[in-house]
Amino acid sequence: MPTPSAQILARKPEIVAKLRAALPSDAVIDDPAETRAYECDALSAYRCQPLAVVLPRTTAEVAAALKVLHAEGVKVVPRGAGTSLAGGAMPTEDAVILGLARMNRVLEVDYPNRFIRVEAGRTNLSVTGAIEGDGWFYAPDPSSQLACAISGNVAMNSGGAHCLKYGVTTNNLLGVTLVTMAGDVLEIGGPYLDAGGLDLLGVICGSEGQLGVVTEATLKILPKPEGARPVLIGFDANEVAGECVADIIRAGVLPVAIEFMDRPCIRATEDFAHAGYPDCEALLIVEVEGSPAEIDEQLGLIRQIAARHDPVEFREAKDAAEAGRIWLGRKSAFGAMGQINDYMCLDGTIPVSSLPEVLRRIGDLSRDFGLDVANVFHAGDGNMHPLILYNANTPGDLERCEALGAEILKLCVEVGGCLTGEHGVGIEKRDLMGVQFEAQDLEAQMRVKDVFDPHWLLNPAKVFPLAASAERRGA
Amino acid sequence: MKAGKMKVQTEAQLAEAIRDAQGPVQVQGGGTRPVGDAVGHMLEVGISGVTLYEPAALTLVVGAGTTLAEVETVLAAEGQRLPFEPGRWGAVLGRDGESTIGGVVAANVSGPRRVQAGACRDSLIGVRFVDGTGAVVKNGGRVMKNVTGYDLAKLMAGSWGTLGVMSELSFKLLPGAPAQATVCVDLPAGAAQVALAAALGSPFDVSGAGWLPGPGAIVRVEGLADSVAYRAGRLRDLLAPYGAVTVETDFEASAALWAELRDLTPFVGKPGDLWRFSVAPSQAPELLARLGGEVLLDWGGGLIWALLPEGTRARAIAAPYKGHATCLRGPGPAFEPQPAPLAALEAGLRKRFDPRGILNPGRMG
Repeated sequence: MPTPSAQILARKPEIVAKLRAALPSDAVIDDPAETRAYECDALSAYRCQPLAVVLPRTTAEVAAALKVLHAEGVKVVPRGAGTSLAGGAMPTEDAVILGLARMNRVLEVDYPNRFIRVEAGRTNLSVTGAIEGDGWFYAPDPSSQLACAISGNVAMNSGGAHCLKYGVTTNNLLGVTLVTMAGDVLEIGGPYLDAGGLDLLGVICGSEGQLGVVTEATLKILPKPEGARPVLIGFDANEVAGECVADIIRAGVLPVAIEFMDRPCIRATEDFAHAGYPDCEALLIVEVEGSPAEIDEQLGLIRQIAARHDPVEFREAKDAAEAGRIWLGRKSAFGAMGQINDYMCLDGTIPVSSLPEVLRRIGDLSRDFGLDVANVFHAGDGNMHPLILYNANTPGDLERCEALGAEILKLCVEVGGCLTGEHGVGIEKRDLMGVQFEAQDLEAQMRVKDVFDPHWLLNPAKVFPLAASAERRGA
Repeated sequence: MKAGKMKVQTEAQLAEAIRDAQGPVQVQGGGTRPVGDAVGHMLEVGISGVTLYEPAALTLVVGAGTTLAEVETVLAAEGQRLPFEPGRWGAVLGRDGESTIGGVVAANVSGPRRVQAGACRDSLIGVRFVDGTGAVVKNGGRVMKNVTGYDLAKLMAGSWGTLGVMSELSFKLLPGAPAQATVCVDLPAGAAQVALAAALGSPFDVSGAGWLPGPGAIVRVEGLADSVAYRAGRLRDLLAPYGAVTVETDFEASAALWAELRDLTPFVGKPGDLWRFSVAPSQAPELLARLGGEVLLDWGGGLIWALLPEGTRARAIAAPYKGHATCLRGPGPAFEPQPAPLAALEAGLRKRFDPRGILNPGRMG
């Protein structure tokens, strides 16, 4: 991370006093014992104490805090629930954390116009929680949905297991209230499908908290389907499982989810969750939606396609309990890995057609580096989550793990994919951006930040390689 | 750049033409969407052809100057399609050209399936463009989940060539549906929105909800045959309380209704100003009452196409509304003026992407 500004560190008491004058007394934290809770996000290998933490309750308080910090030239790191796997909410020593956890109310539910408006600190799952009793849901469902906040989902353009059919956050976001670094409150988009002018909403979503602080969001909501049912299909080769995914998609069936797990992942989750998975090389979980008859029709087709690939197992859920067991292992995968080892979760996307080649080459890299890699991912859209297992207590292991991770992500780019499918760049992939982009590509992106945040005070040390952004950050 | 009109066939030619431009440039694809003011030398983007098509990955990469017709033909051969069902405006606006895919993206044109599958901008997963300095920029890629850096593809969609000139585009595709059906409810336009909202609020995965003179309120379902029959039946029952219901189950006849709405066929050859309102759907009834004129509804009432007497001050008459209005033909201004703080951000972006102000200057206001 960049060297913190000595001048800002020296002025901490003065800056905190100004924040206290502008905000309710319990909204500002500067005691290091209390700010410690904000020293990292879910990329917990990296930690840093912030200068202070501000926890506003309203958009007006966010604006008041930002006006003070803008005038003082203090950097700001916005934070939702702190579940970023990429270090998106990690502070620097000279930055103030602006946390939205207290802004979690539902502001408006409108079924005829099919939207919900919430404060952006609200957790993802509790958005659906507010409307599911009426038969509606909010579609993006990142694995961390119990904990993660909508503000972070917007910042990272979060995805989830069901985005093959429903899209990611940007496809389900209608509008935001955005507070700029200067403290101006902007309404962008709203409860209608096309907004006027340039698509500012489209570039704000996924900008990792670098363009403004999103305090409220208008989200598209959908009526719940009549039902959903998963099947589990086991194969004795990764390549065959990959071909089966391709054939399902080509056949014109569009499942809501196609999840893939390889043998190391199946074994680890089986030991942990006892979901009763077959001991095979590769496993697919395919879920379709609709009425019982519609589900039968789609699964009939999928069964025919799978049969052509000679699966070692085809298990269809006959009831809710069985459906739960099919999902159990997949949903426990990360927990299972955490139990046996420290792990680093990667997030590259590849063209689906490259799946067999990429899995083979990840296997080669894993041997070269002497670290095990388990694969669990969203196969329908090519978003891979290789989990590299390492031991944090072994000197050099973390560095070796990061080096292997970088090689795997370069491989994703080489085959026509990208560095991150849904977790974001943050600090984790910042210095790999040059693998995917030319200087002028990054320049075009940085120009957008120049317009929204001319002094580069919002989350400035993220996304762009430090050397590329140095001049703009005044470093 | 030479006076008059210039057509470029490659990205390198495009970059050179923009670098060498001495003044304003009018960027054109097929010339079928003449919306907003246009000044300067004509620059036609003829960068054409499919770069990559992977049916099993549901992805297409294509030159921006490729015609929409060619894109649709290539995809149909594999039983696939563009999710967002873009319409053609050439007939209604009296233009002969062939719509290009770059023009579709520049105008962010999305048809009836938008309510289910998202807008043009939602299917656009990658873009290459030349900015106002002549620099080639790429963003996104050819995979459908990608959060690597800022999403400039969204910014390019609907920017009407004012931030850069697109050379290559990548799309996420959808498999085509073997069956479709349209449930028609005999209702006047002003009463349609409530029925459409009921359909869109049902679990029956509606892929179109609009209103056409003649059939009335129309609701589409697509998919496998048994599933379509089931859902059309459930929707018929659901919509019966709103008016007399009929169900069109013939694929071609159903598809023809949606093509009419998508391409604004009922307005072709008729005089008058042509307006497009994007609003919260529940505002549609009151807006229709204030606007008068002939109308078509799409997106459950959230998109209103209105053919109004020449010179109608449509925005003033329609107000108040949440959303925005575009004037496709008439005295305009074509694009709704933005609130001052947003206009300032847009001006800032244009200044940085096109510092000389030569790309379609003044087009979006």
